[in-house]
Amino acid sequence: MNNEELKTKITELLPSAIFDETGEWLNINVEPGDWLSFAGKLRNEESLFFDYLFCLTCIDWKTHLTMVYHLSSTKFRHNIVVKSTLDSNKPEIETVSHIWQTANFHEREVYEMFGVNFLNHPDLRLLILPDGWEGKNPMLKNFEDPINMIKL
Amino acid sequence: MIIEMVIAGIAVIGLFAALGLVLVIMERRVAAWIQIRLGPNRVGPKGMLQSLADTVKLLVKEGMTPNGADKFLFNFAPFIAMMVAMLLMAPIAFAKDFQLWDMNIGVLYITAISSIMVISILMAGWASNNKYSLMGAMRSGAQIVSYELSAGLSILTIVVFTGSLNITDIITAQADGWWIFKGHIPVIISFVIFIIAVTAETNRAPFDLAEAESELTAGFHTEYSGMKFALFFLAEYINVFIVCAIGATLFLGGWMPFHIGHWEAFNQVMDYIPSSIWFFGKTFFLIFVIMWFRWTFPRLRIDQLLNLEWKYLLPISMFNLLLATAMAILGWHF
Amino acid sequence: MFEEIGTNTEGDLIINVGPQHPATHGVLHLVLTLNGETIKKVEPHLGYIHRSIEKMCESLTYRQFIYVTSRMDYLSAHINNHACAISVEKGMQLEVPERAQVIRVIMDELTRIASHELWWGAMAMDIGAFTPFFHAFREREKINEIMEETCGARLTMNYYVPGGLMADLHPDFQKKVKEFIILFKKKIDEYDELVTGNIIFINRMKGVGLLSKEDAVSFGVTGPAGRGSGVSNDIRKLYPYAVYDKVQFEEILETGCDSLARYMVRIREMKQSILIIEQLIDNIPEGDFQAKTKAVLKLPKGEFYTRVETARGELGVYIVSEGGTTPYRIKFRSPGFSNLSALDKMARGSKLGDLVAMMGTLDLVIPDIDR
Repeated sequence: MNNEELKTKITELLPSAIFDETGEWLNINVEPGDWLSFAGKLRNEESLFFDYLFCLTCIDWKTHLTMVYHLSSTKFRHNIVVKSTLDSNKPEIETVSHIWQTANFHEREVYEMFGVNFLNHPDLRLLILPDGWEGKNPMLKNFEDPINMIKL
Repeated sequence: MIIEMVIAGIAVIGLFAALGLVLVIMERRVAAWIQIRLGPNRVGPKGMLQSLADTVKLLVKEGMTPNGADKFLFNFAPFIAMMVAMLLMAPIAFAKDFQLWDMNIGVLYITAISSIMVISILMAGWASNNKYSLMGAMRSGAQIVSYELSAGLSILTIVVFTGSLNITDIITAQADGWWIFKGHIPVIISFVIFIIAVTAETNRAPFDLAEAESELTAGFHTEYSGMKFALFFLAEYINVFIVCAIGATLFLGGWMPFHIGHWEAFNQVMDYIPSSIWFFGKTFFLIFVIMWFRWTFPRLRIDQLLNLEWKYLLPISMFNLLLATAMAILGWHF
Repeated sequence: MFEEIGTNTEGDLIINVGPQHPATHGVLHLVLTLNGETIKKVEPHLGYIHRSIEKMCESLTYRQFIYVTSRMDYLSAHINNHACAISVEKGMQLEVPERAQVIRVIMDELTRIASHELWWGAMAMDIGAFTPFFHAFREREKINEIMEETCGARLTMNYYVPGGLMADLHPDFQKKVKEFIILFKKKIDEYDELVTGNIIFINRMKGVGLLSKEDAVSFGVTGPAGRGSGVSNDIRKLYPYAVYDKVQFEEILETGCDSLARYMVRIREMKQSILIIEQLIDNIPEGDFQAKTKAVLKLPKGEFYTRVETARGELGVYIVSEGGTTPYRIKFRSPGFSNLSALDKMARGSKLGDLVAMMGTLDLVIPDIDR
């Protein structure tokens, strides 16, 4: 499906989606609250079939956080990017690890690096950082570590 | 009598040390040859003193005992391994009329003593208080106990043909041809099974599950260091030597030169080669074969290892023994 | 009491494989829950060599950050660099000279062969055969020599710059590569003789570490590991970059879904890489090896995502630019991280000895997982 077809189809599924076509792929902005049901539809809708979550990350915009999900379909080979803006004081979003199992590890990484709380995640613990780093989120822009970080 | 025993004891210990050094350097050279590299070549002429240097290094290293270990068993285990290896040396005929103890139940003695080896490994694994060691020991226990059966049954084939448990009798029975040639198919089958079983019994690759490096770091001797490790290491090589010596004795005639039936002239020419050279030549050939296995085959998995024994080797060797018995009764061999 | 002997309340043995363990080839730490020899659970603990490359890149310029990525998946250093170079070129809309693109593809494929050879040797060593390791390194050494001549380094080559290459080829390059092709074609059959046909090896690999096609996609298992499960995911075919659309090669797919299938994919892929190099080595166009660029590179505001196929799978480079000289946010979607996440699924119910076969055929490179 090309971007126009994707747009019409996705508008059907989620009327509140906001599209952005400046990038390489179609960008869709969704509310964090809509994400879980929308993700399930993206995965299970026969004509979309986004079965492959190839990148899951977060961006710290200082005022807010943005979750970025890159989705692809191994059947139709179309790609979309789903974004969701989170409040940086209380970043929370539903997990999608039961829809795309790769999200399990990626969400744990985002959890420890950005402090995003994934609701209903089966195993939300530190994955990369050692014990004692709970609550310290090194990938945030305001993170300071006077010993290990060198300013160039 | 006592002096004789002391001399024999010292000779065995000396032989042990020498064999350990020779076999280690041989293993490393064979490995290097198979792995297209040079191997040790710095210490001494052509690196021949490398294993001596390694021994000195191991001797001066601290022999650590982990805190949680059962100290007595931990320290005792390597000695059991060593003692078993030493005891096995007794009935082996190194050359014509050169044997420490020519007992009338030589073969039985060997099979009985060699099964004590597993105790040292279990002891080491249990006493180390290390999970890798424990798993290695358990694997080793299962493995040695099962493969003992096949090894024993394949040895029995020769006993059936010879009608004697005495090592000297077995060797003399091969004066007109080695069993591997005289015994037709049953002996060849039992020889192959014997080699597989003893490779497993000595914990050598492809059956080195007890120390499986990539799975259990070093298996039952993970916690051992210094000389205690060296004793295990030495015992492994001595065991390889002994099982190969037994294989050479039973199937390839021991010190008996290569004789063909009643070709007197040919047999006499062969007799000019000293019997010790025949014995060591055959033994080292078998050792080479076992080393060859080690450096070419991947390792088996524990369930495959036990499958191989219980589903294939044991039934085959039992049937083979039956066949051999029938042939021995009917006199269907040369 | 349970803590003392390292078991959980159900009496299962908890065993730590790593961070220092011969089978993990690096500092991966797996906590295994074992029932006898049977694996009940695998729990990876990462981060022992996490250098936070993503954070470091935020303070490096677009010329500098490429070279940090050589240290991620150090076995496909060229390909990592390639991904970053493409991202920057995409952002700046730079036209890369044809010569540079062809050379990049040759280098990428040489890297892929070198990486697969190291994998082949290391995996055989995990299974318990030591000899293949040395045989693999014999041929890998030839590639390293070729790399050393042209790039000045053997492992972290740092040869690509935005807009092309850092330097032109060494005059001997074509000759040496042709020699290597002839040598390698002979040796690849030797590999098959030594390992592939071995009955013990096949028994160790067949039916081990099953990963269904659906799971492979869901876990994001890419590269040869995914293709072993029959997932068509070769970025070189699906989203061609550089000159991959101009060369003939096959995307290797196996349907066994087990370790043997993943093994066969890599062995066959090496032959395909040779095929690609053969097509290009005599056809390197003349011309510049580098496009003219400004001294200071600035990416326009926006997001740039590049996907390339490394030796281990799909590498994604996601650059978020605010228009400055350094990336605002950079994310490396490393293949190893996603591949590792499937290990638990694959390993449950199999024997401890199988775990090394699975880790071997997933081809885990720890710096790639930890970044």
